[in-house]
Amino acid sequence: MKADMITNAAGRKVPDKINGEAVIPYQGVGKYHPLGNKYNARISVAANYPSDGNKQVSDLKSALLRAGIKDGMTISTHHHFRNGDLLANQLFDVAKDLGIKDLIWFPSASFPCHEHLIPYLEDGTIAGIEGSMNGPLGKFCSEGKMKRTAVLRSHGGRYQAIQDGELTIDIAVIGAASADAFGNANGLNGPSASGLLGFALADSQYADKVIVVTDHLVPFPCVPWQIQGNYVDFTVVLDKIGIPEKIVSGTTQITKSPDRLLIAELTAKFCDEAGIIKEGFSFQAGAGGTALAIGDFFAQIMRRKGIKARFARGGSNQYLINMLEEGLIDYVLDGQTFDLSGVESMRKNENHVWTSPFTSYNYHGKGNFASMLDVVILGATEVDLNFNANVVTHSDGYLLHGIGGWQNCLFGKTVILPIPLFRNRIPIIRDRVTTLCGPGELIDVIVTERGIAINPLRQDLIEKLQDSDLPIKSLGDLKQEAEEICGVPEPVELSDEIVAAIKWVDGTVIDVVYKVKEM
Amino acid sequence: MEEKVKIGIAGNFDSKLRGDCKIQIELTKSGGICIDLNSKVKAFFQNSICQLVQDMLHFYAIKNAKIQIQDLGALHYVIAARMEAAISQLIDSNREYLLPQIKSNCDRAVRNRNRFSRLYLPGNTPYMMINAGLHQANGIILDLEDSVAPAKKHEARYIVRNALRSQNFYGSERMVRINQGDMGIQDLHFVVPHHVQLILIPKVEDKRVIIRVEEEISRIRKAHKIQSEILLMPIIESALGIENAFEITSASKNIVAMAIGLEDYTADIGVKRSEGGKESLYARMKVVNACHAARIQAIDSVFSDVANVKALQENVKASKALGFQGMGCIHPRQIKVIHENYAPDLQEIEKAKKIVNAYYLAKEKGLGVVSLGSKMIDAPVVKRQLKTLELAKELGLVSENWRETDES
Repeated sequence: MKADMITNAAGRKVPDKINGEAVIPYQGVGKYHPLGNKYNARISVAANYPSDGNKQVSDLKSALLRAGIKDGMTISTHHHFRNGDLLANQLFDVAKDLGIKDLIWFPSASFPCHEHLIPYLEDGTIAGIEGSMNGPLGKFCSEGKMKRTAVLRSHGGRYQAIQDGELTIDIAVIGAASADAFGNANGLNGPSASGLLGFALADSQYADKVIVVTDHLVPFPCVPWQIQGNYVDFTVVLDKIGIPEKIVSGTTQITKSPDRLLIAELTAKFCDEAGIIKEGFSFQAGAGGTALAIGDFFAQIMRRKGIKARFARGGSNQYLINMLEEGLIDYVLDGQTFDLSGVESMRKNENHVWTSPFTSYNYHGKGNFASMLDVVILGATEVDLNFNANVVTHSDGYLLHGIGGWQNCLFGKTVILPIPLFRNRIPIIRDRVTTLCGPGELIDVIVTERGIAINPLRQDLIEKLQDSDLPIKSLGDLKQEAEEICGVPEPVELSDEIVAAIKWVDGTVIDVVYKVKEM
Repeated sequence: MEEKVKIGIAGNFDSKLRGDCKIQIELTKSGGICIDLNSKVKAFFQNSICQLVQDMLHFYAIKNAKIQIQDLGALHYVIAARMEAAISQLIDSNREYLLPQIKSNCDRAVRNRNRFSRLYLPGNTPYMMINAGLHQANGIILDLEDSVAPAKKHEARYIVRNALRSQNFYGSERMVRINQGDMGIQDLHFVVPHHVQLILIPKVEDKRVIIRVEEEISRIRKAHKIQSEILLMPIIESALGIENAFEITSASKNIVAMAIGLEDYTADIGVKRSEGGKESLYARMKVVNACHAARIQAIDSVFSDVANVKALQENVKASKALGFQGMGCIHPRQIKVIHENYAPDLQEIEKAKKIVNAYYLAKEKGLGVVSLGSKMIDAPVVKRQLKTLELAKELGLVSENWRETDES
């Protein structure tokens, strides 16, 4: 069945089928309203589970066999262990041993440590990946070496896809820093502590079979139960499921780059002059070097004004925790924990709250937290003159980054992308973004080291900043400035073979990624 | 043109670097031009890089050569500089391959401007130049002297020349620090015709050094019909230089500032440079005094502990208290601290306003004596406060019409 190409509401050509299954093209922001019910997992009967609550099996292999692993199944994992994850690799080592073929891996994100899986993609153990790919797997996919078309979703979109039954998880393997034999689990304690386990929530609720794997088994009850044992089929204890120093870094660091600090300072000044930093405001906090610097500038402004934020949501880290403890923020709504002070704070501070893609991001829910944020700071690899942005591919076509919560956060009240005007001679403002991930109507401000562009849709911001000393410029002027410095980039030719699809937050297809041509 | 050596190499390549390239050119007897381009930005700039290389080879009448380029995203002018430096090792030519001069770098030198901060940029490290001007140092120094390794001196000249022509420094005063002696004299040929505004002359001990530089600049200006004047800033870095400080300041009318270099000075007198700087107090005061006597700006040495903002702050305050009016910096993070602490502080501004206001009131009333309350104010005090206020206005700390707005 060959797919037909159709032009979606964003003007992008997308197929009507992906991996042989019908998909819906993007229809515009808030335009797609599916009817019908959510997907449901099979009814379980307690009689089929040990009444003493002990679901422990001897090893991962037994658990997978008892979960009925077979060719073509979809297996999910979460990415709270980030680049320190050992579990996904071990899991597919077992599948390879068992001679299972054509598995679909459905991670909430993948990292460079998962380069280990490339041989399995080559030998057919794994047929494809549905999930974000950072680094080597993305390169592998870009070069057209993956059997199936990859599907990339945002964190919220992943919850939505599972909930809506867009794809079904046959076996969810949930690594947990701490668990009991019943399957109650959390990320707070134990050597592989990752803070929370929100990315595995949907997997636990909707997967056919759920396996909790830990390297730190505690007697029942394991509290708090971020993952509820009532969803869990089997528990497994392994020696080591993660490399602690790669799960959470000892410390996250504010950028020392003077150029990035300049961008951060301009961003904070912009927010201040736009009246965003006011008593009781809320912000999305990132953990990248620039985002941390922006948070630090926010803190300085808040101290000077004697105000505090009601909540900050996003990745927690020492700087955010310091703000919480100093009383500059009432609540931290944590989506993933980036350093040890984040984990420690989550253990002891009741105002440091763990969230999930369901509470924060799911678009097919009765609202979510992301849209309540006063200001959201995000990155991008490219933007076009209409503020459309790309966050997954580089301008040479290589798919090297995941979507994360990026698309979901675009629903915040003011969305700012602080980005350098060019990276290593490659201007970021393009006539057309290589891959469209976020529609420009949701992106309000681009802050670069050479000027700040405000989306013409935000007349309110333009008016507020009209007497500002900040370097407010049009995107067109900024683009020209970059090209005067770097030269006008030559167009990059990609093949017409689709290697990945990019889903919008509602499950529709906003764009596709094409195979790169060999240089 | 005669062949000297077969292979010319210029530039830097290392996986940690950005914005630079290494170019190797081998002249061959036949086979035409053969370009081997390995570039991080090949997908975007392959054609433009190859075109530039072809143009330059044509310009130098090279018909047969193998060119190997390892590029890390170097800007056009950097690639051109590396090419020219490599070619210069292969053939004798007086021709310079000059890219168009950008308009933003054509403004003339201005004698009286603030020189609180001047940011040192190693002359052979092009990527540091790209955003340097954005950090709003009063001046940027393209350094050909101590920050460039001896083997890289020649290729750095092409980078600095091309940067002066092509790299926007966003209004920072364009300064170049030349080398000592004959090498410094040769350096001038690479910068004087290309809108440099100020030349820093290192390790000056004797006014004859200044005179020699000045004469060479005059010759080049004449030859190139350059209207704009080129300002000078000698750096005193030895005991002998200190003793001759005043004489040096008077060596040329183009000297607008004189700096002290404490690393070399302390080495010369055989002591360690301390944080308090007790050992160099005499030298610093001598420089300050010589500068003020000559009505030029007194500029302090760089503070090298980049991470220590607090110590830099103290250092600047102390420097200002001694009479210095600026300082070198080696990292953009230092600029803001330097500006804030050389600038008049709130107390100084308030005091200046009171006295200057009294001065205007006396003038308006036709009184010969300025007084504040029961206190008489001497003319030099008024003069100093007028200066403070002018500076505050320039820095935007006080509005032009402060007398009206403050009274209301």
